[in-house]
Amino acid sequence: MTEDKKKEIIKLVEKMPAFPKSVQRVLEMTSDINCSPRELVAVIEHDPVLVMKILKTVNSAYFGLASKITSINHAVVYLGLNAVKNIALTTVTIGMLPRSNSAGFDTNGFLLHCILAATISKLVAKKQRVPHEEIFDYFLTGLLHDIGKVVFLRFMPEKFKKALELAKDGKQPLHKIERKIIGIDHAQMGYFISARWNLPKTLGEAIRHHHDIIKTDSKKPLHTDYVYIANQLCKKLQAGYSGNFFFQDMPNEMKERFGMGLDEIWAGLEDLDNEIEKSKNFSIM
Amino acid sequence: MKIRFWGVRGSIASPGPRTVKYGGNTTCISVETDGQYQIILDAGTGINVLGQHLLKKLPVKCALFITHTHWDHINGLPFFVPIFIPGNTITVFGAFEPVYKKNIGEILTNQLVYYYFPVREAELKATMRYVTLKERQTVKIGETKVTGILMSHPILDFGYKVEYNGKSMFFTGDHEPPHNIYTPEDEYYKEYEELITQKEQAIIDFISGVDVLICDSSYTTAEYASKKGWGHGTFDSCMELANKANVKNLYFTHHEPMRSDDDIERIYNEIIQTRGNDKVKYFLAQEGLEIDL
Repeated sequence: MTEDKKKEIIKLVEKMPAFPKSVQRVLEMTSDINCSPRELVAVIEHDPVLVMKILKTVNSAYFGLASKITSINHAVVYLGLNAVKNIALTTVTIGMLPRSNSAGFDTNGFLLHCILAATISKLVAKKQRVPHEEIFDYFLTGLLHDIGKVVFLRFMPEKFKKALELAKDGKQPLHKIERKIIGIDHAQMGYFISARWNLPKTLGEAIRHHHDIIKTDSKKPLHTDYVYIANQLCKKLQAGYSGNFFFQDMPNEMKERFGMGLDEIWAGLEDLDNEIEKSKNFSIM
Repeated sequence: MKIRFWGVRGSIASPGPRTVKYGGNTTCISVETDGQYQIILDAGTGINVLGQHLLKKLPVKCALFITHTHWDHINGLPFFVPIFIPGNTITVFGAFEPVYKKNIGEILTNQLVYYYFPVREAELKATMRYVTLKERQTVKIGETKVTGILMSHPILDFGYKVEYNGKSMFFTGDHEPPHNIYTPEDEYYKEYEELITQKEQAIIDFISGVDVLICDSSYTTAEYASKKGWGHGTFDSCMELANKANVKNLYFTHHEPMRSDDDIERIYNEIIQTRGNDKVKYFLAQEGLEIDL
């Protein structure tokens, strides 16, 4: 994909609508002046498009922040609840991502995949005793890891449809097929947007590498490892829809960093069923 | 440094016999330093009276700092006579608006359109300039420094610190200390609490030791219970901020529009009785009151 084409897409992404469920909920909640701030934040932070737009705004050069803001709660404290609410409102009034589309992509199922990946990343991070103030970063990476697919769906549905069809049999990973058909994969596309929108570097890098096997001397798990694991656990759980049916086990290097494999990590996650049910509340109409 | 109040009322101009003493005009404060520029904080209806006063000093150079663009802080600007007189220079500073992505010039130009006002911005005779500020960006006006910090209000609000010749003042604009939207049993409660503490500490550090703090005290603590989230502070929250930041003098402002002169003085007298021995000295902002530092 040429640089000009990428720049053109970035402009279009500015006007990208959010997911049907959150559009419906945000419109419903904001029509009541006394809506619960906590519940509104919860709806916003479970929609990848709303989250991207709010983080883009708060991290833009206009504010010149010394350090990046990586959570919706932080954006609320910094900009104020009303500003965050109105950024969400201006996005939801654009319209909504279509529930059915020419690419044959299940939008609601995809949102569930994003939320589950976010939730599982967070749960694994908690299990690994990541400091509590960093936990949301892992949720965020899980939520946004596939944002590139939304771009393909919205702006190049024909090519994406072809890629999705070829990925259906699960013999090849979707991202490799995308590279052949679209010329860029969704991880690279997501990274490109996050870099152009001035989002936190760790987030961008984790999006970029969420299908990669990273070799490093580090004995500690990498940020991107969590979303890799969450992504594969979503497949094992057979919950949600990502368009990708190719299972990639944890590479040995990653197993060493965690001191265990995927099944052991899965077994260690408490309250997973309950978390899956909660995730469904934010995605299923 | 000379500070003068031209409007101390919050939300809506409130003229009448009940508000004669403290005044009914909405927010406008002037700060005189080396005399080259007239520094003005906010353009509520009080700026009209300031404008009349400045007619004796033409031509004038004004640096107008807008805390935020809610009506009671900007709707005096079309009635600020110096903007219609050639030879005057008015530079307006303010924050970027992140929701509709508009800079301060675009927003203020919008209130000078056909359906709101008979004169268009392009027809103003003074030289008008608009400067969008980032948080903590310092504007140097001769030897005077003006710097804004983000406060907490339903729109972006800059509190401004003015420093000159070893003296300093800070005006909050409209400010409600942020409160935790979660309850202690919620997962995010602790994180949110830490974010609030960080923000409050940043404000305290920023205004630490100023000679004069002018602070939004719209409500009493009892009234606040039903006004949470409206974006305004209380007399108590102002005193807490003043004491934590070790300021010398605190002026209560943004008087609630329904509050009469008697009501204001009754609240103030109670404060003096209970807190009169505090290190910080407490005063009521009053239209026409001048502070000489």
